[in-house]
Formats: sequence, structure tokens, C-alpha cells
Amino acid sequence: MTAQRAGRDGFGQAMMELGEENEKVVALGADLAESVKVHYFAEAYPERYFQIGIAEQDMIGTAAGLALSGYIPFTTTYAVFAAQRANEQIRLAVCYNNSNVKLAVSHAGLTTGEDGATHQALEDIASMRAMPNMTVLVPADASEAYEATKAAAEYQGPIYLRLGRTPVSELTNGVGEFKIGKARKMKEGKDVTIFACGIMVERAVEAHDILAKKGVDAEIINIHTIKPLDEVAVLESAKKTGCVVTAEEHSIIGGLGGAVAEVLSEKFPIPLKRIGTQDTFGESGPPEELLTKYGLTAEKIVEAVEEVIEKKNVMAVSSK
Amino acid sequence: MQSVETLEKIAKRIKRDIIQLTAANTGHPGGAIGAAEIFAELYFSRLRHNPKNPDWEDRDRFILSNGHICLALYSSLARTGYFDVEELRTFRKINSRLQGHPSREDLVGIETASGPLGQGVSIANGIAMAQKLKKSDANVYCLVGDGELQEGQIWEALMTSAHHKLDNVALIVNWNNIQIDGHVKDIMNIEPIDEKFKSFGWNVINIDGHNLSEVKEAFDQFEKNEGSPTAIIAKTVLGNGISYMENKAVWHGQAPSKEQAFQALQEIGETDFGSDLILN
Repeated sequence: MTAQRAGRDGFGQAMMELGEENEKVVALGADLAESVKVHYFAEAYPERYFQIGIAEQDMIGTAAGLALSGYIPFTTTYAVFAAQRANEQIRLAVCYNNSNVKLAVSHAGLTTGEDGATHQALEDIASMRAMPNMTVLVPADASEAYEATKAAAEYQGPIYLRLGRTPVSELTNGVGEFKIGKARKMKEGKDVTIFACGIMVERAVEAHDILAKKGVDAEIINIHTIKPLDEVAVLESAKKTGCVVTAEEHSIIGGLGGAVAEVLSEKFPIPLKRIGTQDTFGESGPPEELLTKYGLTAEKIVEAVEEVIEKKNVMAVSSK
Repeated sequence: MQSVETLEKIAKRIKRDIIQLTAANTGHPGGAIGAAEIFAELYFSRLRHNPKNPDWEDRDRFILSNGHICLALYSSLARTGYFDVEELRTFRKINSRLQGHPSREDLVGIETASGPLGQGVSIANGIAMAQKLKKSDANVYCLVGDGELQEGQIWEALMTSAHHKLDNVALIVNWNNIQIDGHVKDIMNIEPIDEKFKSFGWNVINIDGHNLSEVKEAFDQFEKNEGSPTAIIAKTVLGNGISYMENKAVWHGQAPSKEQAFQALQEIGETDFGSDLILN
């Protein structure tokens, strides 16, 4: 296993390079520069880094102003303070204006850990996904966060870039190319599809290996772009395997599971099970223990897979 | 630069448009009418802009933070040539570019969408920062309502403007002491406004917002000021010049009947600028 890095580290690295490559890239901070790893950029390009203080709503509006003047601003804060505290600013100044703002957020999900429920965004994907003009990216590891950051700078329009706090294994490096809106197949399989995003991609790959030992051939698809969802990839895989499990570090309401369920229930209804938090807040604790307590583990994915395969088999028998 | 006399006529022209476009329809006439002189000075005299090249990079920007008074803006845009005056008639109708609150994506000349209060100063700051980065000497003018100062984001943004020394930002406070539920003083007092701005590091100028000489002088002072943003506290009368409308909160968001509109047009008086629109 390669060295573990967090999504925010890939972001910090990409921002440093973007500072050099593209003079239109600017960054804004709300007193969390080091936490979101934008401090390297801030030190290297002080004239293009704007400290706004603990004022996220103002930061989003200011970023919109910069974007409307031709710059490519990356705002940096925690997920709860952007998607949730500044929700209406994102709706008006960013999405309704279709301004070219990139909302880079770290500390999303349970792995924010000891800070507890107040700081663990578990509803942010749902609210960002519902906004017209918004693109939602949830990279699986540091190298994908790096690629997503670079792609976000190239892309014209609002982007929500959800970065993790805790280190995860490098999985995506060398697995095809990163393209916004294009799902990444991590493992080819035929019995079940596991759609995962963020840190749950690593758990999905673990689940794949457990399932392989049990004789189940699981397909693992990394949905790094929740919106626009790669419907072609979702449908293609669902039609091949006939049953689906989704896994995300987010509520099962409105996130990746919601997005996949929406598409499949309309276009190809098959057994589906969503892994995520069950309409609940998190709590303080070490990240791994929290993931276990709230059911965000490879083992839970395996259980869900066995459940949907069972349903698929029952349906196959009853339709004969 | 236009003379005060000419701008007074233009302000009347804007007021007539506002009355005619809200008559027997919907919209927010009171605040818009009270700000007519400020719009006359900005769009017809002060702003460095080119309606035929609205995306000109070095243009001055105007940000309407209190988007509900957009009729004054739409009238100003149409009558400076951003779009045909006839299109004003589509205001608030289906398929119109003239939305109930401004939409940048729909209408030429709109720098940002607005309506939900408290957001304009932040956006103005971002534009101002961009001009400084680009070494452009373009200015950013932002209008806010007085009740709007109750929004917390305003004060976040006021700190940002001063902290980043955005002396290319002029904020005009349309101080008419009226908001939807009544008098600003009674709903949630914001006074003393000038002292608050001063303590936040702003260059503050108090004026009568209907006196075009004072309006001009305030913007001249802003252009000379260096190192700090400028707040122009403009005392205005909601529905100024229309007897039944003046200082009455109900006219924040109520449209006049046809009879009331005719009376208002008589009280405003004729102008020699262009043909009047017919009533909706």
C-alpha cells in the first residue's frame, strides 16, 4: 500500500501549481488556511490570496465579485461553513449568477472526527446537488483531489469540491483519466455494482476483495462527480450486474445514493441499497471508530451486497 | 458630466417609468422613486460605461444590492441605451428579461443578481479587488437600502472593504427609514449610521439624496479619497414627490391603481425626454 494522503493535501499541491500556471487563479480564506491546505498558495502568492476572516457568507460573495471580473476564485473553508452556513449566498451570488467560483471544502463527513457533529457535514452534497448550475465533485483520494482541483480551474462554472480531512490510500492513480462528469471504473465485475465516492471508494475496494473470497464478483465504480451524474456509466453497469449498492460519507438522503436511486428508479429499477449515515448527526470520536459506529465500513457494504444479490435472485426466480 | 438641471429632468423621467411600469401591476415603486436622483447621477453622468459595449473591462460597475428597487435600474439601463425602452413593458411578465428582481444571466447591463438582501457589498468588494489586481482604475458603486443594514453579511463586508483598503468602492445607503413592516427605527434601529460606518473605517459623507448638487459633490469626494472605502449616507423620502406615497411603508411593495398612477404622473410633471409609455 502506498503512503496515505488526505484529499486536502492533493488540493494544496494543485493550488501551488495553479498559482504558477494560471495568473487568473486566486484564493480566499476564512481563517482556516492551513486546515484546508491553501496556506502554501497564500505564502507563495500573497497578492492573489484574500483573507476574509471568519465571515463565510462575505467570502462567497467576494469570490463571486472576483469571478464576475474574470478571475478564477477558490474559496476555502469547512464544508459546513460553505454549503450550509453560506447556502443562500451560494445560491444567489454563485449559482444564479453562474459565476466561476470554486468552493473548495475540507472536513466533510464523519472523518472530521473529534470536533463532533457540529463540524461534520453530512447533508452538504444534497443541498449543493439541488442547485442549478452547480457541479459537485467528491474525490476519492489525494491524487484524485489534485486532478479535480486542476480540472475545476479549467472548467467554466460553479464547482463544489468536497475534500476529506483524513489520509486514505492512493487508489485512483493510473486508473484511467480524470474527467468531470465521467465515472471511474475501479474494478470490473458482473454480480453487483458498488457505486462509491470520497473515502468510501477505499472501503468499496476492500469490500470487493472480501466478496471475491466469497465468490462474488463485484464491479466498483468511483463516482467522483455526483453532479452531473454519469448516467451512462450508472445504467450500463446496473444493466450488466442487476443490483446496486451505493456508499458515501454523507446522509443516505440526497447524496450519491439519492442520485443513483433517482436514475435507476426511473430508467432501470433493480434492487438497491444505500450505505451512508441514516438521517442522523455524527458525534465526537476517532474517525475509524465513527465510521464503524455509523455503518460506513467494508463489512456493511458486503452485507448490503449480499442483501441486493438475494433480492435479485428472488426476483429472477419469481419472474420465471 | 450632465448639469444638475438636466439630471433633475432625467430623475423625473425615471420616476415616470417606475409609476407607469408598476401601475395596476406588481413591483416596488416607493424605494425606487426615492432613489431616482441617485440613478440619474450614476447612469447619466457619473459611471464610466458603454451601453453598446456592456462587457468593457475597464467600466465602472454599479451593484444594486437592494434588488427589489430594480425598476429604477431597468429604466436607467433602457434610457441609456442598453436595450429598447419598449422592453420595459415586459417587467415581471413571463418570458421577460426584466425579472422581478435582477437576473444577471437574463439581462444585459446587470452586474449581479440581487434581491435576497445583504449580499451586494461583498460582491462589490470582490469586483473592487479584481480591479486592483488588474491595475484598473474602474470604480465600483453599490446601493443598499437602510433596512438592509440589518443583515449580518453587510457588516462582514464593511469590515472587508476597509481591511483591504478598497478605496474604489462607493456605498450609497438609501436612508428612507422605511421597511416592509414599518419604520426602520421601530423594527430594528440601525442609527447612528454614519458613526457605525466611521467606526468600521469608512470615509463617510452625509447628503440629501434628492439634492443633485450634494449627490455630485459626494461622488467627487469619493473619487478623490484614498486608502479607505466611501459611504454616502443619502437621506431620501420613500415615494418622493408623490403626495400619497411619501414616507408610507405600504408603498414599499404595492403598485398604484390606474387612478393613483395618473395622479402620480401629474405630480411628477412632464419631462422633455422621450415619449411616455402607455399604462400597462
